[in-house]
Amino acid sequence: MSVIPAPREITTEPRKSDRIFRRVVTVGGLSSLAILSLITIFLGYRGFEVLRQEGFGFITSSDWSITTDDAGNVVESQFGLAAMLVGTILCAIIAVTIALPISIASALFLNFYSPQWLKRILIAVVDMMAAFPSILFGIWGFLVLMPSAEYWAKLIHHYLGFIPLFDLAPYVVTRSPFVAGVVLAIMIIPIITSVSREVFSQTPLDRIQAAYALGATRWGMIKAVVLPYGRSGVIGGAMLGLGRAMGETVAVFTVLNIVFQINWHVLLGVGGNVASLIILKFGDASPYEIKALMAAGLVLFILTLGVNAIADVIVKKTGKSGR
Amino acid sequence: MTSLSDVANSMAPRVPGTRALGTGLEARGIHAWFGKHHALENISLDFAPGTVTALIGPSGCGKSTFIRTLNRMHEFIPSAAMAGEVLLDGKDVYAPGTDVTKIRLQIGMVFQKPNPFPSMTIGENVLSGLKLAQLKVDNKDDLLEECLERAGLWKEVKDRLGAHGGSLSGGQQQRLCIARALAVKPQVLLMDEPCSALDPGSTLRIEETIRQLSETMTIVIVTHNMQQAARVSDYTAFFLSDGGPGQMVEVAPTAEIFARPKDKRTEDYVTGRFG
Repeated sequence: MSVIPAPREITTEPRKSDRIFRRVVTVGGLSSLAILSLITIFLGYRGFEVLRQEGFGFITSSDWSITTDDAGNVVESQFGLAAMLVGTILCAIIAVTIALPISIASALFLNFYSPQWLKRILIAVVDMMAAFPSILFGIWGFLVLMPSAEYWAKLIHHYLGFIPLFDLAPYVVTRSPFVAGVVLAIMIIPIITSVSREVFSQTPLDRIQAAYALGATRWGMIKAVVLPYGRSGVIGGAMLGLGRAMGETVAVFTVLNIVFQINWHVLLGVGGNVASLIILKFGDASPYEIKALMAAGLVLFILTLGVNAIADVIVKKTGKSGR
Repeated sequence: MTSLSDVANSMAPRVPGTRALGTGLEARGIHAWFGKHHALENISLDFAPGTVTALIGPSGCGKSTFIRTLNRMHEFIPSAAMAGEVLLDGKDVYAPGTDVTKIRLQIGMVFQKPNPFPSMTIGENVLSGLKLAQLKVDNKDDLLEECLERAGLWKEVKDRLGAHGGSLSGGQQQRLCIARALAVKPQVLLMDEPCSALDPGSTLRIEETIRQLSETMTIVIVTHNMQQAARVSDYTAFFLSDGGPGQMVEVAPTAEIFARPKDKRTEDYVTGRFG
């Protein structure tokens, strides 16, 4: 009987150039992690005092007030983010709900229906849209979209008002989460379109041909092959869009009434999100309130991180079957 | 070792056009281009109902391009162009106003690499053509069993029809693809090197399948394997490109091609002197 040897340790001595390159890319790779941790530590450090003071109420209550005496000392303060958190999630969900179907449709059009010349132009336009400054979206939303969005809001209320989400108790339709959601949707369409187009275009050609060879129509082929293949990528793109929508500041600030009151009614002109709260209060905040804003930033950061983590799980779970 | 002509001669001879089932397919003066590259020149070839025709020839001679013109898969390649006519039941499949999806239902195709849909189960894969083409059938279970049976796969998968197509071996996947192609009841089946990615055992199974299928349909098979051409086909066409566009050098009953080729180039190829 032969003796079975212990497995050998396999090592290799890399060349010097390889070692240097390895170090360079390691630094590059770790830098994003380092920056992220530094920001977290900074926000946590600055916001710690407020978080300890407010406790759990910081995310469950929705009052935001601070009284100082003439010397600038804090007499009384109350900080709660609940309304802003609800607003953040609500606006972002509206945005993704509107943007996702449009993005998937345009990605499919670009890949499978558009003539080549039009495809080139449209891709350039979509990419340009992604780089468009958000304040311009905000202004456009304020001046152009808001008046017409009001019309749509009224229409939705008229026909779907029986659903609590679309209820409109005090009849205030301007500057509502709906308008903010539409503006955000327009901002995130380029991202979702871009990601979806990329994954759709990687659909293996042999599967596409297999479907066509079976007498599939183009839509049949897309349903059977492209969508299952691209599903996880599209979800990933939607989550990127959701992340951007949750963190968007200026555009939301220009089109939304920031009110410290939890509001689930999509069409009602009451809302706000965490980022727009920070920009609203930052300018004339006392040192103590700034700490509260830092804490708010930390909460937003954790929320975004959580959404990305969930997205990751979804992508991993749904990813395999279609590939 | 038995020679290829012996192999071909051992096959029961069949007379074209005498079988009840299947539909005649005729290619008339086919040219094909990729951009400015002229890939095929003036190919005219008849495929009699119920026969197996093998297309042989060295790589790059246009065999695959040719069969892809038959079911209009050629046009998926950007810049691809063609001239000539492909007649199915006497009707030009390239005629204006033709519904190309209907053509592909009548002329099925099996590809070089097995390509089952990974998001579907084995059963769904077989029936996927019905869904894709929005066809209705009365009894899906019967059709499923029939197609898998004809593709020689039923016994191996009947207890796991709900498993994913990707869980099968390469040879089984290819037979699954054949079963999938059969489910829409094509009259013609095109096979583009269906065994080139498979082991010898799976290859033999598929060759048996091809012989059985030819009882009820017309088959065109591209192959690099001359043994295979000799084993499965009734007719063999030899394609060759002498640097220019691919041409068809010779077509004849398979036994003749391997025993008494008329053209010197065919003889050189089938005796293994080049290619």
